[in-house]
Amino acid sequence: MDAMIARLTDGLSRRAFVLLAGLLAVLLAAPWIANDYLLTVLIVILYLAYTGQAWNIMMGFAGQLSLGHAIYAGLGAYIPAVLFTRLGIGPWVGLLAAVPVAAACGAIIGFLAFRFGVAGVYFAILTIAFAEFARIGFDHLTFVNASAGLFLPVAQLAHNDLWRLRGSPTMFYYVILAATVFALILSRLLLRSRVGYFWLAIREDEQAARAAGIDTFRYKMYAVMISAAVTSFAGVFYAFFYNNLFPEQVFNISRSIEMILGPIIGGIGTLFGPILGAFVLTGLAESVTSAMAAFGLDLPGAKQIFYGVCLLLVVVALPEGIWPSLARRLGIGERER
Amino acid sequence: MNSTYMLPNRRHLLAGAAATAATVAAPAILRAQGGSLKVGMLLPRSGFEAGIGQDCQRGVDIAPGILKSLGLPELTIMNGDTESNVDTAREHAEKLISDGAQLLVGAFDSGQTTAIAQVSEQKGIPLVINIAGAPDITEQGYKFVYRNFPTAPMLTRDGFLAQKAVFDIVGKAPKTVVFMRVNDTFGTAMSKGVAALMPKLSMPYTIADEISYDPAARDLSVEVTKAKATNADAIFVVGRLNDAMLITRELVKQRWTPQAILSVGPGWYEDQYIKTLGKLSDGPMSFVPWYDPNKKLSKALESALAAKYPGINLNTNHVYTFEALLVAADAYKRAGSADPKALADAVRTTNITDNASIGPGISFNAKGQNDKIIGGAIQNRGGKLITIAPKEAANGQPEWPMKPYQDRT
Amino acid sequence: MGLGVYLNVAVAGLLTGLVYGLMALGLSVIFGVVRVVNFAHGEMMSIAMYIAVVLFSSFHLDPLVMLVPIAAVMFVFGYTLQAGLINPFITRPEHSQFLLVVALAIIIVNALLIIFGPDARTVQTSYAYDSFELGAVIVDASKAYAAAAAIVVTTALFAFFRFTLIGKAIRACADNYTGALVVGLNVNHLYALTFALGAACVGAAGTMMTLITDVTPALGPGYTLLAFVIVITGGLGSMPGALIGGVLIGLTEALAGLLFTPSAKSMFAFGILVLVLLFRPQGILGRRLV
Repeated sequence: MDAMIARLTDGLSRRAFVLLAGLLAVLLAAPWIANDYLLTVLIVILYLAYTGQAWNIMMGFAGQLSLGHAIYAGLGAYIPAVLFTRLGIGPWVGLLAAVPVAAACGAIIGFLAFRFGVAGVYFAILTIAFAEFARIGFDHLTFVNASAGLFLPVAQLAHNDLWRLRGSPTMFYYVILAATVFALILSRLLLRSRVGYFWLAIREDEQAARAAGIDTFRYKMYAVMISAAVTSFAGVFYAFFYNNLFPEQVFNISRSIEMILGPIIGGIGTLFGPILGAFVLTGLAESVTSAMAAFGLDLPGAKQIFYGVCLLLVVVALPEGIWPSLARRLGIGERER
Repeated sequence: MNSTYMLPNRRHLLAGAAATAATVAAPAILRAQGGSLKVGMLLPRSGFEAGIGQDCQRGVDIAPGILKSLGLPELTIMNGDTESNVDTAREHAEKLISDGAQLLVGAFDSGQTTAIAQVSEQKGIPLVINIAGAPDITEQGYKFVYRNFPTAPMLTRDGFLAQKAVFDIVGKAPKTVVFMRVNDTFGTAMSKGVAALMPKLSMPYTIADEISYDPAARDLSVEVTKAKATNADAIFVVGRLNDAMLITRELVKQRWTPQAILSVGPGWYEDQYIKTLGKLSDGPMSFVPWYDPNKKLSKALESALAAKYPGINLNTNHVYTFEALLVAADAYKRAGSADPKALADAVRTTNITDNASIGPGISFNAKGQNDKIIGGAIQNRGGKLITIAPKEAANGQPEWPMKPYQDRT
Repeated sequence: MGLGVYLNVAVAGLLTGLVYGLMALGLSVIFGVVRVVNFAHGEMMSIAMYIAVVLFSSFHLDPLVMLVPIAAVMFVFGYTLQAGLINPFITRPEHSQFLLVVALAIIIVNALLIIFGPDARTVQTSYAYDSFELGAVIVDASKAYAAAAAIVVTTALFAFFRFTLIGKAIRACADNYTGALVVGLNVNHLYALTFALGAACVGAAGTMMTLITDVTPALGPGYTLLAFVIVITGGLGSMPGALIGGVLIGLTEALAGLLFTPSAKSMFAFGILVLVLLFRPQGILGRRLV
């Protein structure tokens, strides 16, 4: 335990620690400071931060570009949802079922890809193919109501039921906040472990890593499976927060893309990048909406254009993402890159 | 892709008495609260459902004049865009409420409406659903969610009943139909409804084959070839505008004119369909929730729409969106205050008999659903939409069979 | 179902496949040579389609006639885009490229929404509903014309790359970037030129597409995905490969739709993609990359 804490905080400058603690304090206090709308926005931000962090494990650390990550979230959403609606099984137990399935799915994709030497863009397209397969497949699966959608019964309770994930947005907020913190800690621990160093080696130059004796196949598989497993919880959250699932939406490629925008903008391979990216993107989107409403502009699509332009500017001007330059500015530049 | 209809219901009779008592007993302060009601209007204005969202908006645009002429209070509309997305729908529902919306209306798509309903219920702000078909929304025991639109099961049932009405009027019926349906929320829900209801309603035809197609399909030639190969008398279709146009074009190209096209759902009567296909758009019958052209309010809506948006036919989107606003204004008037609980109680006791849609009027059952809505049947003719069933609402006779496409210049 | 039905479906699948192939052709050039993962491919085609629609509705110019001018416009667009924006990204990691084109796609889709509105636009030519009857087979006239155009454009492009000097230079860049530099080729210009050619193909494809389907702002992404499937199946950088890939996918989807449930027919396309990626990643006609 002590060793783990040491690994967690080792290398973390005092300033970084203070800033991080400050941020956490603000986030913990959010339900008291922010109104419900802002709280909902924060939930979306943290959801994207969480999935971005999970995706980052595969991409940022092991260098595998997955454009079909929605499949893991989708499995994580449908399996507990079906267990809940048909057998009354709570989401946390459902999670125990979803995680192995998601990891297995990742393992299959990883195995097929790595054994057959599918890499780079081809790997990305392979992941898209699998996600689309899942989408169309679930669209025809009468067991989950196919494209008609799976609805979870909502209970209007006066209290929060954490076990069944039924309750106020505040409860959901803390759940996703805890999850994001967990994902951050997990990423940090992984990165500073032996597995993490092997991943970095593979990311930088896979052939050299193999020449150095690293079993790249095995470690790439670990990356994919861990990433998939972590992502599946996001699905559980999604299912129990929104209470309706449509394969068309849950497995859609736009969901996969949405998951990866945050880390890319924030900074792939960095620890804080996905979180920063999520804040920037959603914050930007909602600010533009509010600004347009304030100016009385009602032009559907204009906000998305602005959003796209901002993305364009970031990708052109800040190729490494926002976090690395920001971190340097704040004087807490990360040591691992 | 996955928008469906949904409906709430509430009690009416008791409500009438209670509401009167409430307004009498209400303190002077509340009643003095004049001013307009802030209504948050959530629609998919961008994203893949943008066309429909913007069509619903037309119903909003023609409302002010008509509501005023009915002596109803003014509504301040706050526009919200769900962006055809569940997350955004939820966020913007929250936003509108924190910006002061006292009542919400929306949102066409079942998934988005479900999210908004949850927010509504949590916040205790009434939601009047204009259009959404998934039955589940009004099965959650919500107290603040009301739906003035049929559920998918109601749509299916009324679709069949209206078909039988039409068969009675023309004295003919197809022996076999080929069932073509889009594979999205709406199509799948209807498919289940069809399987459940057809045996109970003793329809005169059998289904030769069920062909389900991708909502994003750009090419339906294979599907139509398959349908043609069944040699069915008529096509029973559940789809949308996009597929309606594609199927019709394929029917022309593959030289097959069925006796009739029986559509339960949107698409075949929409302006785009008629304008794009011209003479080729005549003939299909749509069995949908519709307005009663003989009702006074319908005529008012028709002229208001013709004035503001010439060349556009009044349709379900406009009428039901307008009726949602009608419910809001009427409830506000009876509640005498914008207090959400008072508003919700007032909506619950709605009893509007002078409405536009077919049926006895607008009222809600215990679940918040208007279960008294009657579906109608319309047929495309010369660029206009003739109401052919039920008899009370009809303003024309059905044409059977369809004129062959090859004979239309 | 009689043989007639199968023949009809097969012919329809073949023709559709050829048009898909034309659509994918541009991507084959862009992805195969310039190595840009152009996820805005479908959106570029939407632009071409809207141009065709506007020209038709305002000036009654038939798309078949406008094929070359629109392709030329897209050529200029492509050149500017590549030279101005995309060029620095060629050497950058894939996720950066991806983000760039995704951002472009978002901008294009929403700009089209604002300019043209969400309703579908069509081109209603006088021959829009014509069909030829050949025995038991009814052939859709518009598709036949579009397919013919696809073959012509592909042949022209193939000849360009095979027999002209510039074409050879471009192929040299694709084969060996450093070598090309050493030999003194203006690689940046050639890359921009290639991208422009790819864009021109997309322009031609879009113009032809208007004969077959309607255009909406959100049309792009579906076609982008389809283009990638076809290009990978047929083989990167191979012109005939794009057509063959297109035909394979078109036929498979058509027959799958006939024999199974049509709404699931895309699964077969993805299934083929997975098989190709695993067992023959260079595609049917592609060359094995190092």
